[in-house]
Amino acid sequence: MSTAPSLIASTGDSLREAFGRALSELADEFADVVVLDADIAGGTGTHHFRASHPDRFFQFGIAEQNMMAAAGGMAAVGLVPVVTTFAVFCLRAVEQARLSIAYAQRNAKIVASHPGTDVGPDGGSAQALEDLAAFRAIPGMTVISPADPVEMRLATRAILAHQGPCYMRTGRSPARRIFGDDHSFEIGKGQIIRDGTDVTLVAAGVEVARALDAAALLGEEGISACVVNMATIKPIDGKLLARCAAQTGAFVTAEDHNIHGGLGSAVAEALATRHPCPIEFVGMKDEFGASGEPEELAAHFGLDAVAIARAARTVLARKTKRRSR
Amino acid sequence: MGLNVFETGRPDTASPYDTLTAQVRAAAAFTRKHAMAAIYHAGSGHPGGALSCADILAALFGAELNLWPDEPGEPDRDRFVLSKGHAAPALYAVASHFGFCSPRAALSLRKLGSPFQGHPHVVDLPWVETSTGSLGQGISVAVGMALGLRLKKSSARVYTLLGDGELQEGEVWEAAMCAAHYGLDNLCAIIDYNKLQSDARNDAIMRLEPLAAKWRAFDWVVAEIDGHDVDALLRTLRRAGSSQGRPSLIIAHTIKGKGVPFMENVPTWHGSVKLTRAQASEALAALGSSDTEIEEFLA
Repeated sequence: MSTAPSLIASTGDSLREAFGRALSELADEFADVVVLDADIAGGTGTHHFRASHPDRFFQFGIAEQNMMAAAGGMAAVGLVPVVTTFAVFCLRAVEQARLSIAYAQRNAKIVASHPGTDVGPDGGSAQALEDLAAFRAIPGMTVISPADPVEMRLATRAILAHQGPCYMRTGRSPARRIFGDDHSFEIGKGQIIRDGTDVTLVAAGVEVARALDAAALLGEEGISACVVNMATIKPIDGKLLARCAAQTGAFVTAEDHNIHGGLGSAVAEALATRHPCPIEFVGMKDEFGASGEPEELAAHFGLDAVAIARAARTVLARKTKRRSR
Repeated sequence: MGLNVFETGRPDTASPYDTLTAQVRAAAAFTRKHAMAAIYHAGSGHPGGALSCADILAALFGAELNLWPDEPGEPDRDRFVLSKGHAAPALYAVASHFGFCSPRAALSLRKLGSPFQGHPHVVDLPWVETSTGSLGQGISVAVGMALGLRLKKSSARVYTLLGDGELQEGEVWEAAMCAAHYGLDNLCAIIDYNKLQSDARNDAIMRLEPLAAKWRAFDWVVAEIDGHDVDALLRTLRRAGSSQGRPSLIIAHTIKGKGVPFMENVPTWHGSVKLTRAQASEALAALGSSDTEIEEFLA
């Protein structure tokens, strides 16, 4: 007997699996939560919620615009809709999220799986590299990208408890466990997860593990890198960034997203007004992705630890030059 | 000093049917006049589509909707979503007639600081139920409300008014499929079928016909009526409440610019236009305003 193929099922330690399990576990505590799906529950992890709470699970078919605006309607009658699809299809419904959710000040949550090159073999068309920029530009929208399964569970609770619209990235591929069970998460707060004095590496999502690896590489060269996990991209933790700027005076940002409009831009905006200093940006350099395994793509497009370490050396050279002027 | 045009009383919905019909007609007449005055004061706005849907809005607010201005947050109130958000002046006018806001205040349409924005915004005016103005989204929001109210075991019904040009948005058909799939018999959509859109006639821009057949094929219960016949509107809206397991659609055939001869069936008056005082006076006179009333409206 053969097993049916499960092409996109959420399995193992992926962020989508952690999200899906957490959502199902939290459903009784958050009784107004309803989940909206566009024929992709097995991929987003919401099949767990569908199994545990079928009466609160709404299938919208492959029609994301209607789903997104309908979420606004469900929120209008007092429910807390969690809209789930792939990040690239959230882009399709940005205007619905803008008007019928954010502008109307609805308490709806948009949770996007399959962001960035982490999508892997499905290729460039499926790899959303613009979602953080698009949703960050919507007034009142909170934007979150957790780094590991532990943080994903905490962030899922946090967005349900938060009053107001949120956009949260999960992830397709197995994610390395970074945090212990004592980890904490608060919307709007970044965390220093490794101390350092020469340069600050600010990362979100899958890039946090790579930034830690980069810090280890730099450490072998005698460079002391501070690593910040910036799970909330909006509102960005400007206070923490200013503190790190005072300490290290040089930054590298790292994100699985276009370098335009996402984490790097948010960090640059915050530092420009609080504590200007040299920044290098690791991310997709205004180009689309391609098919390949996530780690292959990270190496190919310069999103891996080697690329982050290289950017750190570059920014340190700029810092030294600036100080010697 | 007697009651002026801004101090019209609310109708008594417990009145006999003939009186109710008369009251809806009076509300429609007020709606048209007020919308023209507001667009005149604003210096911009969409008169054609406001005039075409005035009778529909008057029938909804004057009779069909279980909705009261003194209980705007009642969880089991009926919901009305103006999916064709550019008809906001007509919505503000009819709502002011029935006590949801002040008719005089609603003349601040489109002005900085006014809650009466060019398109309805729920944060400014909670009784508009959701923010609209991007075509196609209102019906989806209405679908979400109908699903949510059903989950909450509420008896409330949801109504939404669409423009005909709006039906060119793909999202409308996503919503139509979804409402039928879920058998949303607590949802009634009405199409203000005035045959004109921004640039020209619908069939010159992007053909909609066969319109009733399209909605029937999507498994909605469809009625076609004269959208200016108040008796037909009241009867059909009532009947839409018993569509048993299917959403209902009313195709209301209307005349764009209805009641103002120089605007009727002329696409120019769809778009956001500036009305001169002479045009506004002529429009109000055609709508039955006395010289005194015209002065009050345009002062």
